[in-house]
Amino acid sequence: MPQYDVAIIGAGVIGALTARELSRYALRVALLERCSDVAQGTTKANSAIVHAGFDAKPGSLKAKMNVAGNRKMEGLCEVLHVPFHRNGSLVVAFAPEEMDTLKELLARGEANGVPGLRLLNAQELREMEPNVNLDATGALFAPTGGIVSPYELGIAAAECAVRNGVELLRGFRVDAIAQTGGGFTVTSKSGSICADWIINAAGVHSDEIARMIGDASFTILPRRGEYLLLDTAQGGYVSKTVFQCPGKMGKGVLITPTVHGNVLIGPSAEDIEEREDFSTTEKGLRGIQDAVRRSVPHFLVRDVITSFTGLRAHCDKDEFIIAPSATNPKMLLAAGIESPGLTAAPAIAEALAMMVYNGYDDLGGKAKWEAGRSEPVRLRELSTERRRAAVEKNPAYGRIICRCETVSEGEIVDAIRAPAGARDVDGVKRRTRAGMGRCQGGFCGTKVLEILARELNLSPEEVTKFGGESKILLQKTK
Amino acid sequence: MEDYYDLIVVGGGPAGLAAALEAEKRGVERILVLERAETLGGILEQCIHTGFGLHYFGEELSGPEYADRFIQPVLRSERIAVKLDTMVLEVTPGKPGERHSVISVSKEDGLRVIACKAVILAMGCRERPRGALNIAGTRPAGILSAGTAQKYVNLDGYMPGKTVVILGSGDIGLIMARRMTLEGAQVKLVAELMPYSSGLTRNIVQCLEDFDIPLRLSCTVVGVHGKERLEAVTVANVDENRRPIPGTEETISCDLLLLSVGLIPENELTRAAGVAMDPVTGGAKVNQDRETGIPGIFACGNVLHVHDLVDYVTVESQQAGAGAANYIQGKGAPAPEYISAKGIRGVRYVVPQLVNRKTAEPVKLYFRVGQVYKNAFVQCSASGTVLAKKKRPRLAPGEMEDIVLKPEQLAALPQDVELVVEVLEV
Repeated sequence: MPQYDVAIIGAGVIGALTARELSRYALRVALLERCSDVAQGTTKANSAIVHAGFDAKPGSLKAKMNVAGNRKMEGLCEVLHVPFHRNGSLVVAFAPEEMDTLKELLARGEANGVPGLRLLNAQELREMEPNVNLDATGALFAPTGGIVSPYELGIAAAECAVRNGVELLRGFRVDAIAQTGGGFTVTSKSGSICADWIINAAGVHSDEIARMIGDASFTILPRRGEYLLLDTAQGGYVSKTVFQCPGKMGKGVLITPTVHGNVLIGPSAEDIEEREDFSTTEKGLRGIQDAVRRSVPHFLVRDVITSFTGLRAHCDKDEFIIAPSATNPKMLLAAGIESPGLTAAPAIAEALAMMVYNGYDDLGGKAKWEAGRSEPVRLRELSTERRRAAVEKNPAYGRIICRCETVSEGEIVDAIRAPAGARDVDGVKRRTRAGMGRCQGGFCGTKVLEILARELNLSPEEVTKFGGESKILLQKTK
Repeated sequence: MEDYYDLIVVGGGPAGLAAALEAEKRGVERILVLERAETLGGILEQCIHTGFGLHYFGEELSGPEYADRFIQPVLRSERIAVKLDTMVLEVTPGKPGERHSVISVSKEDGLRVIACKAVILAMGCRERPRGALNIAGTRPAGILSAGTAQKYVNLDGYMPGKTVVILGSGDIGLIMARRMTLEGAQVKLVAELMPYSSGLTRNIVQCLEDFDIPLRLSCTVVGVHGKERLEAVTVANVDENRRPIPGTEETISCDLLLLSVGLIPENELTRAAGVAMDPVTGGAKVNQDRETGIPGIFACGNVLHVHDLVDYVTVESQQAGAGAANYIQGKGAPAPEYISAKGIRGVRYVVPQLVNRKTAEPVKLYFRVGQVYKNAFVQCSASGTVLAKKKRPRLAPGEMEDIVLKPEQLAALPQDVELVVEVLEV
């Protein structure tokens, strides 16, 4: 049975970044992922916001990790070549009592150590964000708020970890964990492994994993959030991330630019039972459209290119749990990681790695550790001259596959051949943006399928949309 | 030597091919056709059914046969060069009177910056995706646009599903209903949001009725089920405001949902070049030569407005080819006098949007109506003067209409008038 020092359960942004942190040291690390690809859970479907840190209660782990994560995010995205933009956030008030909320948020933010916060009056707000509701009475401005591509962060972190020797086991769905003489045996249908440590980064399933060792100290209450993604044609509508005043179920419906030039609106907030229910609902999608008009009343919800649902791993403790399990301290919990979990991820990963590190008397660092990954070629972002040079070097960069997003065959092949590379159509999409544009893969889907089949030595019928039974073609025609 | 052509045609589908041939016929010496696919012919190559060419050739051809009538002379021509597997990244308009330039990229030739006198934009259109419809539910495999499925079945030889529901009764949806049936799939339903089909009548008869495939009007898909692969869809009837009517939901098991819910002209290059657009057609605003607001840049075919028949694309593209030839040879109208054309009262749009009234040729205005009319008149007038009027037994959004104006009528108009096309109900 393969033997590891650390098994990380869950290759979302927390698991992947933790794997990257642990790959600094001379440790054998396995990154276990139930899906066919990394970053498939909460990581791929959220608001993609790097929060400034004024929401969480001062002194809470959420507050501490948020502010620390925000500080680390920019540098991390730079070495990992992940799109990040510090565009600033606004919380908008529409009534006197909401102005009081803004003051509370300001005080909270200052207590949390968020730099640069200031209150704007209606006039200043309109100058900063002209499309915001004229009824707005003011806003809290947080210049350190930002936006990031969350799934690319997860993918890049996994790629970096694999480059540094971490083993990524995909399709490894943990069915049982046995505690054996100080270690663990982790079993799945595709095989078993042994590990001295487990890091439980299983997102909405983290309580189920904890219960496998008898730890029932917390429960995850999955909370559905639905989003609409709009075409880049609407891209300039807002420049900052525009929040409404927070309520009981979260931070309300936001409208934000994305790092890829689209506009994102959402999320709805609905507690649900089913942990794998990623369906959108007519009610939810309509609700966010109605709600966003409070912030931007003249906003036309047209040019919608897709809608999606994310599940937040809301925890009954209403706080991050980043600690050894009381049942077995060699299982480290990273649970209840809901907003601001993405922002906090770099800090959470460091904290978890440190707990492992402290468990050893003398743990050497690796002689050669790569902090990042090589920069992916992004043809659409290059100047004419750099494009010319790229195509001269590798003619496959000259064959455009996705016309909406200008993605070449070379980029797709790179994405498949990379460590922790793409295995299916959605994997190619998230790594290269092929199929992410306004035709949503109508034209390039067939070509991407062809390239995947060729590169992975599969028949076209074996290529999937996202693993499992998500096959695209069923059989040959007669 | 400078990379130069008199005319660059962006797109080697039916529009680009007809435009290039017409320009050649009129004496243009150096023509380059840039096509992003590996073959010429555009979407016709996957349209293996017949029904093409009835108007233009007076015979019934398959898509590839129709395309071949243009591909062969293009390939034989010494004045038309063709580059396949080549994507145009940018069309940069020159200063007035100067050359334009086109940036293309391909595996074979790398990145090219090519100068030219005139450009014809003929990039065609794409299908509206699921996202644009906002259908609630899961996101499994097994949801494709009808055209994508058509490529898999007809060109690649693979079946994307066995039990099928089709949303949208546009022509591609209807054609695919028949095609999937012939390949052994069961098409359980074609659902259409509107109270009428947007497809050609002949396709409803030949593709649905002949195969007993049910068409349900005022009906849409409101739910998608299945985690990895599609398992079922829920359909519901809609009211006159196209809102689903509670209580009418029906869940139909199927492993493939095909979407035929509209086509969108593909105008990224056009917009980036700064060409003025018509928000209704989604294409450029043009004059009767299909010249855009930027002199020397022309547009034709589905990139300009979505056509129902390729025969009309051919005719329009020949106009663009002729216009480009005149422009290149300096034979264009010396001082054009433009009047604008627009649709009101039931007419959604008119192409061309601008008419040079100093013309020796009749001008045909193409237009589409917004709903179904029976026994109505269509009329074109200017400041209250009726220029043309004709009776139509049936008008439908799915069928393009036209009305012709004579040169002497246009010449006699006062300045600063507007051509207005409308539907008159009896």
